[in-house]
Amino acid sequence: MSKIIASAAIRGAHSVFAKTEAKLARAKESFGADAAIELPNTGYYLPVIYGLTGEKVEKLSDMDAVLAYASDLLPEVPSEKLWLPYLGTTLDAGIATLLAEECHEALNYLDNDPPPVTDLWLGAADDVIMRARGVEFVDGSAPGFAAVVGAAPDNETAVRLAREMQEKMLYVFMAGHDNGVAFGEQLDAEGIQLGWDTRLVPFGREVYSQIYSIGFATRAAMAFGGVRPGDYERILAYNKSRIFAFVLALGEVTDEWYATAAGAISYGFPTIATSGIPQILPTGVCTYEHVVSNISCDELVQRAIEVRGLKIKVLDIPIPVSYGPAFEGERVRKEDMYAEAGGQKTAAFEFVRTLDASEVTEGKIEVVGPELEELEPGALVPLGIVVDVSGRKMQSDFEPVIERQLHHLVCFAEGVLHMGQRDLLWLRVSKAARSKGFKLEHIGEILHAKLLDEFEAIIDKVQVTIYTDEAKVLEMRETARKTYAKRDERMAGLTDETVDVFYSCTLCQSFAPTHVCVVTPERIGLCGAYNWLDAKASNELNPTGHNQPIAKGLVVDELAGQWSGVNEFISEKSGGAVERMSCYSLLTDPMTSCGCFMAVIALLPMCNGVMIVNREFQGMTPSGMKFSTLAGAVGGGVQVPGFMGIGRGYIASKKFLSAEGGFARVVWMPKDLKEAMRSFLAPRLEEMGKPDFLEMVADETVAETEEGVLEFITSTGHPALAMDPLL
Amino acid sequence: MSDDKTVTDFSEVSIDPTAAEMLQIAEERGIETVFSRVREIKPCSTGATSGCCKVCAMGPCRVIGKYERGVCGATRETIAARNFLRQVAAGAAAHSDHGRDAALALKAIAVGEIEEGTIADEIKLVRVAGYLGIDPTGKDVMTLVGEVADAALAQFGQQAGELAYVARAPKKRQELWRSCGVMPRGVDREIVESMHRTHVGTDQNYHSLLDGAIKCALSDGWGGSMLATDLQDILYGTPKAIRSSANLGVLSESKVNVVVHGHEPLLASMIIDATREPVMTELAKSLGADGINVVGLCCTANESLMRQGIAPAGNMLHQELAVLTGAVEAMVVDVQCIFQGLDDVSSHFHTMFVTTSPKAVIGNSLHIVVDEHRPREAAREIVRRAIENFPNRKDVHIPNVSEPLIAGFSHEYIRYMLGGKMRASLNPLNENIVNGRIRGVAAVVGCSNARSVQDFAVVNIVRELIANNVLVVATGCAAITSGKHGLLTPETMEYAGETLREVCETVGIPPVLHVGSCVDNSRILTILADVVATGGLGDDIAGLPAVALSPEWFSEKALDIATYVVGSGAHVIFSGVGSPVANSPIVEEYMISGWTERYGGSLRFIKEPQDAVVAALDLIDNARKALKIDVPQERVLFDMDMRREL
Repeated sequence: MSKIIASAAIRGAHSVFAKTEAKLARAKESFGADAAIELPNTGYYLPVIYGLTGEKVEKLSDMDAVLAYASDLLPEVPSEKLWLPYLGTTLDAGIATLLAEECHEALNYLDNDPPPVTDLWLGAADDVIMRARGVEFVDGSAPGFAAVVGAAPDNETAVRLAREMQEKMLYVFMAGHDNGVAFGEQLDAEGIQLGWDTRLVPFGREVYSQIYSIGFATRAAMAFGGVRPGDYERILAYNKSRIFAFVLALGEVTDEWYATAAGAISYGFPTIATSGIPQILPTGVCTYEHVVSNISCDELVQRAIEVRGLKIKVLDIPIPVSYGPAFEGERVRKEDMYAEAGGQKTAAFEFVRTLDASEVTEGKIEVVGPELEELEPGALVPLGIVVDVSGRKMQSDFEPVIERQLHHLVCFAEGVLHMGQRDLLWLRVSKAARSKGFKLEHIGEILHAKLLDEFEAIIDKVQVTIYTDEAKVLEMRETARKTYAKRDERMAGLTDETVDVFYSCTLCQSFAPTHVCVVTPERIGLCGAYNWLDAKASNELNPTGHNQPIAKGLVVDELAGQWSGVNEFISEKSGGAVERMSCYSLLTDPMTSCGCFMAVIALLPMCNGVMIVNREFQGMTPSGMKFSTLAGAVGGGVQVPGFMGIGRGYIASKKFLSAEGGFARVVWMPKDLKEAMRSFLAPRLEEMGKPDFLEMVADETVAETEEGVLEFITSTGHPALAMDPLL
Repeated sequence: MSDDKTVTDFSEVSIDPTAAEMLQIAEERGIETVFSRVREIKPCSTGATSGCCKVCAMGPCRVIGKYERGVCGATRETIAARNFLRQVAAGAAAHSDHGRDAALALKAIAVGEIEEGTIADEIKLVRVAGYLGIDPTGKDVMTLVGEVADAALAQFGQQAGELAYVARAPKKRQELWRSCGVMPRGVDREIVESMHRTHVGTDQNYHSLLDGAIKCALSDGWGGSMLATDLQDILYGTPKAIRSSANLGVLSESKVNVVVHGHEPLLASMIIDATREPVMTELAKSLGADGINVVGLCCTANESLMRQGIAPAGNMLHQELAVLTGAVEAMVVDVQCIFQGLDDVSSHFHTMFVTTSPKAVIGNSLHIVVDEHRPREAAREIVRRAIENFPNRKDVHIPNVSEPLIAGFSHEYIRYMLGGKMRASLNPLNENIVNGRIRGVAAVVGCSNARSVQDFAVVNIVRELIANNVLVVATGCAAITSGKHGLLTPETMEYAGETLREVCETVGIPPVLHVGSCVDNSRILTILADVVATGGLGDDIAGLPAVALSPEWFSEKALDIATYVVGSGAHVIFSGVGSPVANSPIVEEYMISGWTERYGGSLRFIKEPQDAVVAALDLIDNARKALKIDVPQERVLFDMDMRREL
């Protein structure tokens, strides 16, 4: 029966191709063949085309070669009798469809017909989103994505499906409508928050916009997997084994849906359909079945997960609202708020402490003071969340590690907003959550269940006390503050010299298989997610896991931060590809980079200094490259002297580029980054004796070229110019 | 089958209706054919089982009955193994010399000797250069063609070391060949050594002789034949799926019919090119013909079917039948499997019988050499004379029988069809073997043999295998037989078992894949090696749920093929005529259990087709059991930790 699918997909491919060809011809007529064409803020041109063919599409005429390539792949529709084999040709038709669709969607950005971005539809995901969200795919907080095409039978079902996928931590990428109704529109009509923050991402109204799902996946292979553009075999193999995505076809499957789905199959993404289309069950291209049909909406998500070969562990927490990372980005606006704590309006704090086992009653959850139901809507309450844990392997060093988890653990509850930490806590509960029966004790339920689950190797017992009685809150806050101060002292004393071991981090090896991070007390992991204490705790949790202790060994180069033990470790882990690694140098054996670094340092040779650009900055940098291009050059687990990915925390470290002279080498950084780092940098600048140093550093408002930077720093008397030559 | 000299019920000699139709004509006109002679001449029972030794002038010795040794003291075992090795050497020589001719043709193109000499597949050229240790970087095509031709030719004369292509076998297999002392050094050297070993008074231990047979055959399978396939792909194109039809009905009533027969594609290719020249078409039209129709027989048919879609008029036993239609202007042949009887049959008709190989002059054939030196000119002469022969046609009787088919399943195409350009691989094949949809793979190969009912065994074995969810790959005359009986159409999936049919539906393939000519059995070797490399089915060819059958074998090449398949680790079942070593039950048994133990493959002779199928399914099921894939595979779901391990 799959001949029916093959025929439909091939017809669909021809249709998409013809429409794209016509659209391109019209665009050339209106804008000229040399008109620039690009998707917003990406270093990967049109990423699917770039990844699969290596072609860089920068102007309209560049699409000619792409369409010629696609045309060569377009097969004939299988004949009725004595047909030639059609699986291979259908997959070719699918690839041709993707290439054409990407041209088509990019052309929308030029001709605005239709506009690629509207109030509802978001259009292409740029590199900032891809890298930031990519980290979630790395650490497992997003196990995969569902490419949803069409619409649910009714809005209620759409919401149920979306919630189910959110609870399973999946991203939901929406494009395509079923006879005029689109899934994204259904959710929007029901007031569901859409966007990257809630993992419900409406790309576009037509199925063509699913190319942005494929573009996301293709870039992941290049950015995190280190696959070279044009190496289609590895791009697709990476996706099959590492990106757990699938297509949900809701409604009547058109030829163009089939064609797009055929393209997805080459990536290893199967289609699960609600309608009674033919199935393709034999395996081989995808991990398991290729097309499974006639699945009811009730079973759809679970079935899709099994077909893709995915295991998602969802802890059953006894609370009346949905729970999952997709709800972390949900906002609770003032008018929707039932109760609020902290935010400089009331005293609020959260605190994790270790107690002796005898002092902790496992599973005890107590609210001291009024519960939500005793409060009026819109109430302001003082709040203290105190989590007592015990465990034979628990150490006080792990308290802050666990405490930092409280933010996302609480935030994951639908309708609960959690910001800040320690005594800067700010918490809101929405009216919607309250109306479903949410109470403060449920925060206790969440923390009890999740902490026991995530830290089972070190925590045996958890009890949670939630204070809303003002006097108790203030009393307990004092206790907490004493501990916060002790921890700060401990952190300040924690330097690379005072520890014997560093930790490796290969958390991202599911995604970036060639990179190994070395996390030291004074150099946080590239992704910014893992500091030395986190890594230490993680190693305790799972001794064979992705954070391994590295005995420092002998000092090879103190200034550059090079140790014999680290070198041996890196050499072994990279199979000899990287023999030496410095922790504090940009030029001498710099650390390799994955794809999820927060910022890139790049050499500016004329200025005898370096620039730092964070991934949120979309403009041009003095290096002549945007962040996305720089990132493409740095990733993939290779050492590129002069370029390095870092976590932002490292900028304020005492060990920042100590081999090259430290922070005084920085001659340019984006204004926003300067401001964000200002308070953290203050002690460094004091030590340098230049508290106003940041004003000597150029930013995009004064210089966008290296010449401009040189002119600016010459005028400000920046010290880099007088330092030893970098090259 | 009747013992009468005159066979009137022709359905007993062939299940192909065209045979009966043609043999009726032969009988009416008193023309002898292979089908009539086979009834007159009984096979020599001593020779058929290797009871006869004739390697010296003290004999021939008939070592049967009460005799256990020949005059020199050679045992039954020695004599059986020695005769077998000689047959293998002859088969290996024929196949490998075919490969040499392909290399010489390639060389002739490189030096510009062939007019408009071009190659068809540059991608394959580069890949083959890699196999032969040539760096293609920066070289223009013709330089590379020359270097590949030279390197290929050197494989034949190489005296020491290992053949380049053995590196394409699984590592474990290579190590086994080294440890057993059967790693082939050079193609010619192993064949010469085989002739030496079998000279009187040389190798006289059957273990040693049979190892010699393995080594000699490997030099063909992973040498001469594999080179033949690869170089021909470079020259004439790597096959991909193509439509055609088979059987005598492909001869044309109104066009000049040129039948190309034999084995090497150079001849067919040159003839086809010549017929496409406008001057030839005009000449044909001027003589009352509608054009020129080139069709094939035997493996020449397979070579040109796979690449150009040229229709096969039949398998080897159809050669005389084609002439009996009275519609063949020229029967143009090169080497191997060409009956001298053609000379006589042709003399009863206007058919011009043309031999073209310097190695093969047959009876009173018109001998026009078509080799790598100036082949186009010779081909033009043949075609011109064939056209000029058209007005000499008298009674024409072409059976209105032909079946459509799909051919062209090269290793490369099979990879493509399973994943398209970007995901090309054998992974879907492996996975569906592992999950049991495909129970196993059977290669049904080899000849047709007038001692058996033509086509009966091949057709029934193929049908039975696919009904049991075994995917069949076919080569040689067995492939043409399958085509003649409609088994190479995708619609045939209707007769496949339910799970095999699902796979056929998914890929859009027939359950029987035409993989090529008899030298193209090398494609089966590289496919098997790729199956191993793809993973999930062990680390060697030995142990795969795969088996080879040659239900109607007749030539020494068939024994050579069987032996290299055994040496490569697969089980082989021959049916139809009995074992050529039956005079020594010890050798016969050794080829089953001894070879299984040593090489993981075996050669057994099982006369009846239905017994052969039972044995084949047993071998497949045993392999599945050993691989632990005889039970349903559990669905593995991946969590983050497992994904990091990937």
